[in-house]
Amino acid sequence: MALNVKEVKTEIVSDWCPGCGDFGILNAIHMAIADLGKPLHKVAVFSGIGCSGKTPHFINSYAFHTLHGRGLPFAIGAKLANPELTVLSVGGDGDGYGIGAGHFLGSARKNVDLTYIVFDNAVYGLTKGQASPTLHRNEKPKSLPMPNINDNINPLNVALCAGYTFIARGYAYDVKHLKELIKKGVEHKGFALIDVLQPCPTYNNLYTKEWFEGIEENEETGAKTKKNPRVYKLEDTGWDPVVKNPNNMEEVEHKMSKAFLKAQEWGDRIPIGVFYQIRTQDYGERLAERMPSYFKTPPAKYPYYDPKTMKPTTDVSEVLKGYQVI
Amino acid sequence: MEYLKELVWLIGGPQGSGVDSSASTFAIAVASGGYHIFGSREYHSNIMGEHSYYQIRASEKQAHSPVNKVHILATFENETLHIHQDSVLPGGAVLYDEATTKPEELKRKDVVWIPIHYMELIKQVAVEFGREKDTQKLAVMRNVLSVSASLAILEYPFEILARTVEAFFKAKKPKLAKINVRAAEIAYNYARDKAVNLGFNYRIKPIPTPPGERRILLNGSQAAALGKIVAGCRFQTYYPITPASDESEFLESHPEFGVVVVQCEDEISSICMAVGGAETGVRASTATSGPGFCLMVEGMGWSGINEVPVVIYDYQRAGPSTGLPTRFEQGDLKFALYAGHGDFPRIVMAPGDTEEYFYFGMDAFNYAERYQCPVIFLLDKNLANSTKTVSWFDPNQLTVDRGALLSDEELLKMVHSNGGSQNGKYKRFQFTESGISPRAVAGQEGGVFWNTGDEHNEYGHITEDPMLRLKMMEKRMGKLDLAEKEIPLHKKIKTYGASAKDADCLAVTWGSMKGPILDVLADLEKEGIKVRLLQMILMSPFPVQEMMEELNQAKLKIGVEMNYSAQLCGLIREKTGVAMDSFILKWTGRAMTRDEVRDGLRNIVKKHEKKVVLTHGA
Repeated sequence: MALNVKEVKTEIVSDWCPGCGDFGILNAIHMAIADLGKPLHKVAVFSGIGCSGKTPHFINSYAFHTLHGRGLPFAIGAKLANPELTVLSVGGDGDGYGIGAGHFLGSARKNVDLTYIVFDNAVYGLTKGQASPTLHRNEKPKSLPMPNINDNINPLNVALCAGYTFIARGYAYDVKHLKELIKKGVEHKGFALIDVLQPCPTYNNLYTKEWFEGIEENEETGAKTKKNPRVYKLEDTGWDPVVKNPNNMEEVEHKMSKAFLKAQEWGDRIPIGVFYQIRTQDYGERLAERMPSYFKTPPAKYPYYDPKTMKPTTDVSEVLKGYQVI
Repeated sequence: MEYLKELVWLIGGPQGSGVDSSASTFAIAVASGGYHIFGSREYHSNIMGEHSYYQIRASEKQAHSPVNKVHILATFENETLHIHQDSVLPGGAVLYDEATTKPEELKRKDVVWIPIHYMELIKQVAVEFGREKDTQKLAVMRNVLSVSASLAILEYPFEILARTVEAFFKAKKPKLAKINVRAAEIAYNYARDKAVNLGFNYRIKPIPTPPGERRILLNGSQAAALGKIVAGCRFQTYYPITPASDESEFLESHPEFGVVVVQCEDEISSICMAVGGAETGVRASTATSGPGFCLMVEGMGWSGINEVPVVIYDYQRAGPSTGLPTRFEQGDLKFALYAGHGDFPRIVMAPGDTEEYFYFGMDAFNYAERYQCPVIFLLDKNLANSTKTVSWFDPNQLTVDRGALLSDEELLKMVHSNGGSQNGKYKRFQFTESGISPRAVAGQEGGVFWNTGDEHNEYGHITEDPMLRLKMMEKRMGKLDLAEKEIPLHKKIKTYGASAKDADCLAVTWGSMKGPILDVLADLEKEGIKVRLLQMILMSPFPVQEMMEELNQAKLKIGVEMNYSAQLCGLIREKTGVAMDSFILKWTGRAMTRDEVRDGLRNIVKKHEKKVVLTHGA
């Protein structure tokens, strides 16, 4: 049963800058959690460090503001120990694609059933706007002393190669669309990445709301007109991201290659939506193959002592017999 | 002929050639005859080819350390012969391959040289089994041959060996059991006949054991892993590293216990994932060695400020940096105590023998939950890789303590009394008299809370309020004072040997270096030197009172440690102001032997030496 969005919000007041794209993303997360309707104590949200890192404090579920770049390993730990939890991980692009890049790749190989939302604004906002991994070379937002000397990475393509099984891009100011993406990501069984284009009005004067949406301002009158929006929705073009038969390598290759090329589109036209989705065995299912009781008694619920006597109940005598000499 | 109370046997050879399984077979065969075993293993950071060796001490009494001299040296090639020849006792025996050894290699005149033509014997077995073409493949059987030949010259009953070899192969490669038992038999007869006139006079025979006693032979990694299983650890993360990986692999190889073992992309992930797991209430842990622990520092600090119980097993090896990756040092004590920026409470403890690797595991997990903080459990390569006979483990001696963990009912009752059942009424960091807050875990109804690496209020939300900061720090750090008060003496320090009043000296040590000191207490007493051994177990919180009492009574205080700077002695001085009078130190990466510790203690007591630096071991 869907929850009231109010229930999902906390009373903590955010200290993000006015006009920040983070507000749109937070609203979308609130609405998605409300729509999904899961009891809030069965939801756990993890974050890294930076402006996006504060997100958990605004969500009325179990919520963990962890370390820079480390949101994913914390989130994976919680999900594997208690698979009943719906787990979200949020973070910035510097957090996830920079300092946390090792986890961004390593986690993909596990296909843990959780949703990772990246607030992608191409700068390190909280430290006053240094270039982040998604800022293109030679670009110079106003916060940079010199143009960016590094090349950018394309997170969607990296994710595709790393093995993410749900890859999407959202736009912070299209809250409804983003909400649906998040819901799809949560419902997807496996590891979902949602990279969200998030204008940073304070430090990134290149990737602005106006730029993404093709809004032009008449300098004389101040009147704004929307001419050629850069952001467009994949679903409006008949895009089909879903691999129907994961065992059909031809289909997999085809969908993957198409997604790879589509993810390179940037500049005048910027696609958002689900780029690629495939259903393969997730980590919990892999564990259950080894330990059939995994979902019934996952680590968080595993009985190992008698609650009356507090004596341990695990019987290791069979193992000890293997070592017995007398 | 002399029946030995203690036999020392050493086998060496290139890594990957079967030295380990030979040593295991020998140890099991002799342990089955009632002997106590201490087997220590030395190897290079290499997969195949470099020299490795395994020393087995088989003793009528318990043995806890390697020794300098051996009765029998078993070799297949010249390198082992060259490196270890000098360690053979006069009258001892050296088994060598007569096909490949030049006469000038046999330097010692006071030992018995026992030639074995390994390939000839293997050929004989191969012919019997119709496998002449496989002779090269069967060359690995020289391991069984050397074990069998060793036991033959000791006149140790063949039946026990046959049983051991059969069981060993049945468990691993059942099809090879028969041929190996036969190979053992041929080597046994061959060596017994050869040795008749060569003058080797040492013998061992099965000895009676106390009725009802059940004994197991295992290494420290296995004991530690079993300790975790019994203590309830069901979530283990790790990144491959010597010598810690063995523990995780053991846990993974026993899915019947339900331990989820996750191999991570690095140790940063390992610690964070373990902490994430712990947030759901599971007893979570990670195992690593010094270089990996370096990467865990930030994650441990996060668990410190958020009061998450997590247990870190650090298998110490020689540092700094990659150091001596497969060798032993007690070099991580100060690092374990001080790793991290800012102050947060942590418990640091060090088990000192194979039993403690098993039994103290429960303490580690209990402390983590009771005091809601990270616990660092300092093990080492020496014991992790050493095999030892110990009494059957008895989990019934242990008790689980989950501290202030709230049951679902207790939690709901609590939030109702705080004003309603809705989320956000539970205070994860509630100020209490003890400093310990009632603990909910993710997934429990009514317990919704927030964690942050920032300073936080009682709910877990960020604060920079100076007075709240003051109180929160006091709350967290105060838990260490509580732990210091609550943890009983015998879990903090253990003493052995002479009483405080009688002792000529107090030997202060920690971890596995308790072993060689235990092994010399009786010998030194016979010489008139009364030694009191003090093993420190709990390093943080530091038991100031208890240590002061011991130190104040000591006539001569000797620190015994496997590191350059005497880290424990430094800690003791920091906490008590008391300095040690003398030191026995070693940092060559090879464990202190019984003999060098005995000589060191004697020299300090008799000759007032200040600092003895030990070097034994290849």
